[in-house]
Amino acid sequence: MRAVSTKWVALGILVVALLLAGVVSYYASSAPDGLNRVAQDTGISRTEKQHAAADGPLAGYSAKDVDNQRLSGGLAGVAGVVVVLVLAGGLALVVRRRKPVS
Amino acid sequence: MHVPDGFLDAPTSVATGAAAVACVGVALVGARRELDDKTAPMAGLVAAFVFATQMINFPVASGTSGHLLGGALAAILVGPFTAVLCMSVVFLVQSLLFADGGITALGTNIMLMGVTTVVVGWLVFRGLQVVLPKRLTLVPFCAGAAALLSVPVAATLFVVLYEIGGTADIPLDHLATAMIGVHVLIGIGEAVITFLAVASIIAVRPDLVYGARRVLARRELEVRTSTGAAA
Repeated sequence: MRAVSTKWVALGILVVALLLAGVVSYYASSAPDGLNRVAQDTGISRTEKQHAAADGPLAGYSAKDVDNQRLSGGLAGVAGVVVVLVLAGGLALVVRRRKPVS
Repeated sequence: MHVPDGFLDAPTSVATGAAAVACVGVALVGARRELDDKTAPMAGLVAAFVFATQMINFPVASGTSGHLLGGALAAILVGPFTAVLCMSVVFLVQSLLFADGGITALGTNIMLMGVTTVVVGWLVFRGLQVVLPKRLTLVPFCAGAAALLSVPVAATLFVVLYEIGGTADIPLDHLATAMIGVHVLIGIGEAVITFLAVASIIAVRPDLVYGARRVLARRELEVRTSTGAAA
């Protein structure tokens, strides 16, 4: 009955995440999101402060010094997926119940 | 809905930071019950999926977009405590590496888009599961409804926080109407994505969906009974 192994499901989720972050993100709407739009309309955004990490190599979801926008955003997205996967997956492995040794 | 630096004053940011640390602490303890050798890798994948999906802004109204928050989705896929950990990792990485969401606002963002959406999403989901028949086909619908509600509640909490510690003087009713209105629309997108994601995994491996376990446990019991009767 169990047609699809856990490995394939995991691979499927990873591939979808990489495609979304690496390729589809280029086509995402660049309009301000709900909060940013409301902040602009109400004047809240005047109080926004420059982000301390605004000059980072991946700031604003684009890889620094990569001129091609599609490539720059794609690389940043893929890097983010990998970093989040490693951190959250690693944390989960540390926190999990281990099988009793016997 | 990533709050940047400067929107909320220092005391409010310190308070949300402390609340976030407490919630992550509780989640670290609670997640132990949810995570084993089989589910731990799923937690990493769900966090990565939420990160990727948050990059996909979809248009909701003229000149306005929204993206999945993902707390309800994560809670249903890997359990609420683990979901808080997944969401916190996403916001930490977004803030430090991508300059998305202020560093002083990290606690605020974890509370709004992580803890609130997880808690509201999970409570609505479990509530619906209690009321509705225990059928596997209903799980994605419950997930979608939970996701739909989680977004405007998070927006409402932002309005409350802004009333407490906002750095500009904005009329409450104006802010509340604008924030909740647009986030109901974003909630519809959240519901669609959550429905599709949960339905896809249930179609191939329902046992990997934390929120489907109770439904599955019931089903397995029924199967055993019929086998026993046949034998």
